[in-house]
Amino acid sequence: MSKLQSRRQFISGCARYSLGLTIAGVIGFSLTNASSQQWLWQIDPFKCTNCGRCATHCVLNPSAVKCVHAYALCGYCDLCGGYLKPGHIARNTAAENQLCPTAAIERKFIEEPYYEYHINEELCIGCAKCVEGCSSFGNGSLHLQIRQDICVNCNECAIARVCPSDAIKRVPADEPYLIKGGFELGQTL
Amino acid sequence: MLMTVPTQIAYSQQQRFPKPEFHTEYQIPETERPDARAPFMEYLDLFLLLAVLSITTWLVLKKRSRKWILWVSVFSLLYFGFYRNGCICSVGSLQNLSLSLFSEGYSISFTVLAFFVVPLLFALAVGRVFCASACPLGVIQDLVIVKPIQLSPWLQKSLGLFPFIYLGLAVLYAATGTDFIICRFDPFVGIFRMGAEFHMIVLGISFLLIGMFVARPYCRFVCPYGALLKICSLNSKYHLSITPKDCINCKLCKDSCPFDAIDFPTDEKENRASRKDFWKFVTYAALIPVLMFVGGWAVSGSYKLLSSAHPDVFLANLLVSQPELMQNSENLDIETFMSSGKTLEILVEEAKIIQGKFRFGGWFLGAFIGLVIALHLLNQVIFRKRTIYEANRGDCFSCGRCMDYCPVGKPEHPFFNENPEMVVKS
Repeated sequence: MSKLQSRRQFISGCARYSLGLTIAGVIGFSLTNASSQQWLWQIDPFKCTNCGRCATHCVLNPSAVKCVHAYALCGYCDLCGGYLKPGHIARNTAAENQLCPTAAIERKFIEEPYYEYHINEELCIGCAKCVEGCSSFGNGSLHLQIRQDICVNCNECAIARVCPSDAIKRVPADEPYLIKGGFELGQTL
Repeated sequence: MLMTVPTQIAYSQQQRFPKPEFHTEYQIPETERPDARAPFMEYLDLFLLLAVLSITTWLVLKKRSRKWILWVSVFSLLYFGFYRNGCICSVGSLQNLSLSLFSEGYSISFTVLAFFVVPLLFALAVGRVFCASACPLGVIQDLVIVKPIQLSPWLQKSLGLFPFIYLGLAVLYAATGTDFIICRFDPFVGIFRMGAEFHMIVLGISFLLIGMFVARPYCRFVCPYGALLKICSLNSKYHLSITPKDCINCKLCKDSCPFDAIDFPTDEKENRASRKDFWKFVTYAALIPVLMFVGGWAVSGSYKLLSSAHPDVFLANLLVSQPELMQNSENLDIETFMSSGKTLEILVEEAKIIQGKFRFGGWFLGAFIGLVIALHLLNQVIFRKRTIYEANRGDCFSCGRCMDYCPVGKPEHPFFNENPEMVVKS
């Protein structure tokens, strides 16, 4: 009886050590491709096609994606393609002229002929309508970014799954933003 | 939208209006970059995981208290579940490991790797303490148990195969960079996040409702990480023991386990081995390579079906079978593809590469599933003599409910009043 028990224990012990070695092997093998940095999700503004899925597919409601303004790139125009909708009646802050469905863009007069446009992120839903307008009739200074203080960093970003241009990718946590910068073409800060 | 999409990419890089020259003292503001959760906090999460597992180990082996295990599990549910939104979890981390090992472009972070490994090491040492009190998915199911029913053994055995199949599929889909299916079909993360898509809410509520009567349905019949924990726990050095000393066969723990994880002593009649049993064993053992080969061949052969879940393969299949969609389509993905400048030939080439990966990986997946089925069958014909009541090392979650039923070590227990001859001196 005791001999039977010890045989079972022996086999179990062998299996245990084999499993332990396998796990150690897997750890060792994966350490060749491991890093201490954490990963966050971010939108590459040069791949984004402004489809609007960022607003609808984020697991959070409202979305963790917000429009940001790369001020260094902005032309500060009176006739802003991202602020005023096509077919607007006048160039002012009246709701009927605004492209943004939640009136999240604030227009402020600076000096002749410049106006500053500022995104109120509490109102922004990340629908990319202003991005579309700014890109097609402007400098493209308005673009979408995932706000890392709101984003819960899902293991697989639900928006990344459905992004038609694969614009959402993992970025290192110490450089989590891809903000367009300056007047050099195609650069992000 | 349709008209601007074709040249969208070019537009996003064009500056039409010059840099403004301000005559007042206006300063161009900086674009804000709000910080994410500090990266070192991930190490705090890891430390808490280690603490929870260690404390539970002590509670299971030394203190033997179900009540304290329950309180620790509530903490885990609140912290890992509702506060951390249940993500990243050990169950999903196996996908990260798979992606990191088998595809380029992603290197797993140390903390995620630790989340994968640490519960497995604990399982090798002391059993499935992770399931008892650390995993928020397990805890939430544990808390909704109302009236657990006993399932028939063959049903439990057959459904118990699914976690291994799910494990294999999850590894294959993650390795090919297709999808994280464990995350996609996680029933409980929507509850932890307090927000989910419709299908996730339906899954979550269904599992909780079922969980009121079939205890821990996800843990027992779905969880792919549980399959790994089971393999480790079967060979653990120490394990939860129903009795602190020797079992006196009082049978009080018989109906104590909601998960049917207690093994009963074997019938005297079955205790004799026979010639027939030997040949049964040989037959089933010989089945192992056969089932592995058949499995590998079958799964690899279905590579077309399996790979169609990959978005590029899906799109390629769609455009090849219905080329008229390239001209006029309301589908946003097709529109974006058409304006991206990539030709259909290149897309098809990329899809073929992905399909090749599925064809290759399918052999391993199929062989694995074949091996699991063969070993399950073999297990049916192996006879193990048991004389006492003990926890099944593979299935027991170390929740500790059975320990409360055992009268050994409690001289004042009513059982000893009725059966004074059974008192075991501690």
